[in-house]
Formats: sequence, C-alpha cells, structure tokens
Amino acid sequence: MKTTVLLAGAFATATFSATAEPIKIDWWHAMGGALGETVNELAVKFNESQDEYEILPVYKGTYEETLTATIAAFRAGEHPNIVQVFEAGAATLMGAPGAVIPVEDLMTANGVDFDIEDYISGVRYFYADEAGKMVGMPFNSSTPILYYNVEALEKAGVTPPKTWEEFASTTAPALKEAGYIPAAQSHLPWIFTENFFSRHNIQFATDNNGYSSAAPKILVNNDAIKAHFTAVKDWVDAGLFGYYGTGWSDNQTPFENQEVAMWMGSSGSFGGLKQAADFEFSATFLPYWEAVTTEPKQTFIGGAALWAMSGHADDENKAAAEFFRFLTSAEVQYFWHQETGYVPITEAAYEMAKADGYYETTPQAEVGIQQLTLPSGEWTKGYRMGFYVQIRDVMNREYGRIMSGEASVEDAFSIIEEEANQLLERFGKTSG
Amino acid sequence: MKKSVFTQPTLPYLLLAPQMIIIAIFFIWPAFEAIRSSFFIQDPFFGKSTFVGIDNYTDAVGKSDYLRTANFTFWFTLFVSFLSLGFGLLFAVSADQVLRGQASYKTILMWVYAIAPPVAGLIGIMLFDQHIGPIVDFFALLGWRMQVGVSYFDTAFAMTVVATWKQIPYNFIFFLSGLQSIPRAVREAAAIDCRRPFRRFWTIVFPLLAPTSFFLLILNITYAFFETFGVVDLMVKGEPGNNPVTLVYKVYQDGFRGLDVGGSAAQSVILMILVLALTILQFRLIERRVHYS
Repeated sequence: MKTTVLLAGAFATATFSATAEPIKIDWWHAMGGALGETVNELAVKFNESQDEYEILPVYKGTYEETLTATIAAFRAGEHPNIVQVFEAGAATLMGAPGAVIPVEDLMTANGVDFDIEDYISGVRYFYADEAGKMVGMPFNSSTPILYYNVEALEKAGVTPPKTWEEFASTTAPALKEAGYIPAAQSHLPWIFTENFFSRHNIQFATDNNGYSSAAPKILVNNDAIKAHFTAVKDWVDAGLFGYYGTGWSDNQTPFENQEVAMWMGSSGSFGGLKQAADFEFSATFLPYWEAVTTEPKQTFIGGAALWAMSGHADDENKAAAEFFRFLTSAEVQYFWHQETGYVPITEAAYEMAKADGYYETTPQAEVGIQQLTLPSGEWTKGYRMGFYVQIRDVMNREYGRIMSGEASVEDAFSIIEEEANQLLERFGKTSG
Repeated sequence: MKKSVFTQPTLPYLLLAPQMIIIAIFFIWPAFEAIRSSFFIQDPFFGKSTFVGIDNYTDAVGKSDYLRTANFTFWFTLFVSFLSLGFGLLFAVSADQVLRGQASYKTILMWVYAIAPPVAGLIGIMLFDQHIGPIVDFFALLGWRMQVGVSYFDTAFAMTVVATWKQIPYNFIFFLSGLQSIPRAVREAAAIDCRRPFRRFWTIVFPLLAPTSFFLLILNITYAFFETFGVVDLMVKGEPGNNPVTLVYKVYQDGFRGLDVGGSAAQSVILMILVLALTILQFRLIERRVHYS
C-alpha cells in the first residue's frame, strides 16, 4: 500500500508541476520487498528532481521471470524502456544485438557525460562488450564476502581466516571445539566457482572468459577448483562445514541462529543480516588457497544491471539517459548503498561515503567494495556465457551430488564441463 | 423411439463451432507450434530459427539427468496416485460408516481440498523445513536426520507426502458420493449373504465403485504428472540443484528459466506422446473391466 501511495504521490507532483506533459518511460525490475520500496523511492526522487520526464517502475517477479516477461514483451513490441537483468542473463541480452542500446552509446548520444573510468574497477567491465564498451548499467552490485560471528570467534580464540589453509588447520577445528559448525556458504556457483576463478586469477572460459565469442568452452574442470571441492567435501564430512542445499536462505539461517560461525554470502546481505541477527557480526574478504596463489585478486560483481531497450522514440531514449545520469550521481549511489547494502558503483560515490564517515560507524559495509578494488588480474573482469542459468543449474546439481556422496569430484566436474559445453554450443547456434 | 433429426445440415456444426474453436486455439494450435519448435533452435529475442532436425530430442534425452527425472516422475506418479486413492477410499469408507456427526467428519476431511496448491506447498515446506520443520523434528526422534533440499531421497519423500496429502480430499469426495449411490437394497442383500465386512467390501462394494475408481485413476495420474508443478516448484524453491523434479517441471525450467525454446518444446512433445500412450493403455486395459451400471 505504501508503494501505491508513493506512486500516486509521484504522479500527482509530476502532473501538477509540469507545464507540458512529461515523457513517460517504463522500468521493469525484479526487486521485491524492502528493496522494491527503495526502487520506488528512487523513481519518486527522479520524478521530483525535474518535470520533463517521468519513470514508472514495475515489479515483474524474480530475475528469471523479469527476463522472460521482457522477451515476451519484446517479441510483441510492448517492451519497457529500461529493464533489470541479472548477471547470468547478461549473455542472453548481449547475444541479441539490436535488442538493447549500449548505455555508453545511449548516454553520449543524449549529451550525458560518460567515462568508464568513473566506475570502480570490479564493476567496470562485467557488463561491457568485447571492446570494453559498457552495455548494461550496473545497478544492484554485490560481491561475495565472508561474514563472521564475533563472539564465536573470540570464544574459539581465532581470527577470521585469510586463507583456506588457515581455515583447515586452525580456524575450523577451534570453532568446532567451541561447539559451532565453522562455516557455510549460500551460492556454490557464484561464490565457490565464478569468484573462485577470479580470486585466484584463473581462466574460466576460452575466448577471453567468453567475452569474445558466442560459443566459448568452459574451463571449469580445473585442478585448483577440484582440490577446493575435495577439501569442502572432506570438511562437510568432518563437521567442519555446513551444506544446506541450493537454497540461499537455508544456508543463511543457521548463521543467524548462531549455529554456524562464519557464512559466505553477498555484500548486499548486510542490510538484512543487521535486522535478523541479534549478535555482533563483522565481515572480511573471501579466503583463498595459498597453494594456488600468493597474490589473491579482486572478485567481480553479482547482482543485476539496467539495460536500455531499443525500439523506442528518441525522446524516450533521452529520458532513459537522463535517468541513468541521475542514477549514477554520487548522492543517489550513496543513498542506494546505505539503504540496501549494495556497493556504490562509482569512485565518486565511494569517496562521498568515506568522507561522510559511513564506514567508521559501519565498517562491514565497506568490505565488499574493498574486495572489488583489490588488485585486478587477467581473469578478474567477469565471464560471459550463454544459457548460463542452465549451466548454473547443472553446477548446483553436480555439487549437490558431490556433497551427498553420490558422485566423485572428478566425475562431477567432467559432467559439468561436458553439459556446459553442450549448452554453450547450443547457445552459439541460437545467436549465430 | 423417434429419432430427432436436424433439418438443416449446417446447424449442428454451428452449434459445435464455439467448442471446436476453443480446442483449436488452446490445444491444437499450441500443440502443433510445440512440434514445429522442437525441430528448431530459436533465439529468444527475435525468434530467428535454425533448423536442427531431431537434435533437440537427442540432446534432451542424452542428458545425464533426463533419465533420472523420468524415473523419478514414474515413481512419484505411482506413489502419489495410489496413496491418495488408497487413503481417499479408506477415509470415504470410514466416513460412510459413521452414523453420528457425519457432516462434521466430512467437512473436516474435505477441508484440505479448499487450500490453494501454492499455500499447500508452503505449508508442506514449513512442515519439512530442515531448520524448523516439526516433521523433521519428529523423524529426528526416530533417528532419521531428514535434510529436505540436500538429500535427493528426503526431498522426494517430502514432495510425495505433500502432493498426496493435497489430493486425498478430492478422491474422498468422489468415493464418498460413489459409496452413497450404491443402492441400500444391494448392501442389505450382501449383508445377509456375507458376514465379513472386509470380504463384502471387496466383492460387492468395490466392483460397484469401479467406474468412480477408474475415473479417479486417470485424474490422479494427470494430477501427479502435471498439477503437482506448484508443490515441486515451492519445494525446490525455483533452484532444483540436486533435488528431484518432474518432467513437466523440467520443461518449464529449460523453456522459461533457461530460455531454450527448442529443447523445451522437444521435451514437451515427448511428454505429450507419453501421456497419450498412457491414456490409450488405460482405456484399453482397464476400462474393459469396468462396468458402468
């Protein structure tokens, strides 16, 4: 109801203050609950900031539902001006040239300054094309980090582990001794696969991690990650790691209930955790394997981007560009960062948050962005693979089989490699 | 008896037309579209199609988990149909024998049917939640550490229970009305001839219920095949991982989540053939033994 009132308010102000009829644009998004209200607040702020344009946010369900709805609408010619599409769907949009206008083109064509260097480095190229032109505007950007229960670690007499070696030899046994399940994580493909490759600077797919071809081959069948999963499975069996299935919250709940001492989730989980957890928690970087690298790199972003769809009138594109100008301003990014826990996407917004003293009161909120700005490497900008939602499903299935002991690590990874490559080959045919 | 004949030859076709148009638009056309799509690989945005012959079929069936999904669907359908029919019948027979307060018993037993499938799914999830589920706590007392969402078998068990539970009242209603339509005279005659109620049930009552049972069997198989979608979706929370799903769910997953139109169409054609074969089989084998009064 609050949403309706806010929207009604937005309409009222926009209609009465404008002399001419404002240009209306639609924005389909996948942010429900509290996040959805913040999205509506952003729209209201934009509509009140000027009287030429009016944006109307529409909640379309989950990420997958939003993408499916957009495609159906596109084929019927009824698509919105701006749509929020998540990272795993990026290749689908990029694989359909002509469906979206690259934001960089949209903004420069409409007289909005754009410099990719303004964006923080972990964010910059994830939604860019092969040449490094930004196509999707990073919107809700997060990265996986390690949260820990301060009291639990004190009780066990340990500090958060920097490396997985430290976790295995020191942290985990001590936490188990203190009566905790030492660690859990919420998204194996994202945290222990995609970002594993980035953190250890290992190539994830051929053809420049998939950026320069529609049908790359996945390089997931790699000794470093197989050693990691072998270790995780051993930890699970020894009670040193908790695996609660594919569901995100199934793995987060035991951390909130203080059964699990450390939990790897999204930097964007911070706001929700603050409400749900009635104990002191803090956060740090994802651990890495010293045996694999002594120079751990940055991770990249997850979450979603906003894409400007083609096939609209010029004045509507101008409105979309103006909205992006508004959205990327330091004030708005800082507001979004504080409200939701997602990272600010520009250097200027990050500086503003620092100058404001935000991280002195809530240092945990800075961990994500610090990790995103760690030194970059050759393979840290992200990946681009088609049918990636299904590839993730295959990963989740096979990882589940590893954890339940139905499949060996070796077999599971060769199945993932085989089926992912079949999917990539199929995707190559759809966009070719 | 006088035959009634339409004098105008076109009138019957006209009267049939609305129904035929509906069937054509909502069944035949989509079915043909599915068959056509299943031979192409499609780009989701522009619908540019590339003809690939039977590749979609071989790709779908060749995947390691397709047989696993088919296998699960088979056992799931079998268990859900027979358990829900069995319990429905048991409750109906019991409620039929109750003399006092029959209405309240019936109402209580039918209640569950009024619950919308997603709500039933949600209740099921809560009961089987690995952290807070009372059923999980109960089995833990018996020494079974259930982990729905982690263990393939445990999730399959929970799905079967919830899907069955949801369907029992439906069967109950039909069986009860079937029982009540058996003439009193027949029952009384049977009671004189045979004293053992168990035997009486199997020799007299059950055969008289055969038309109802056959009708319910077909409906229940269809239910387990298609309508359990909501329960499955909620149980796996949209991300199946290593959890069992039904064939229908896989069609949805590949088509709508994965945007693989051709592959999904091929799977739905396979499903269509399967259900068609099953229905023909049922009518051929079982219906012959059913006597409609």
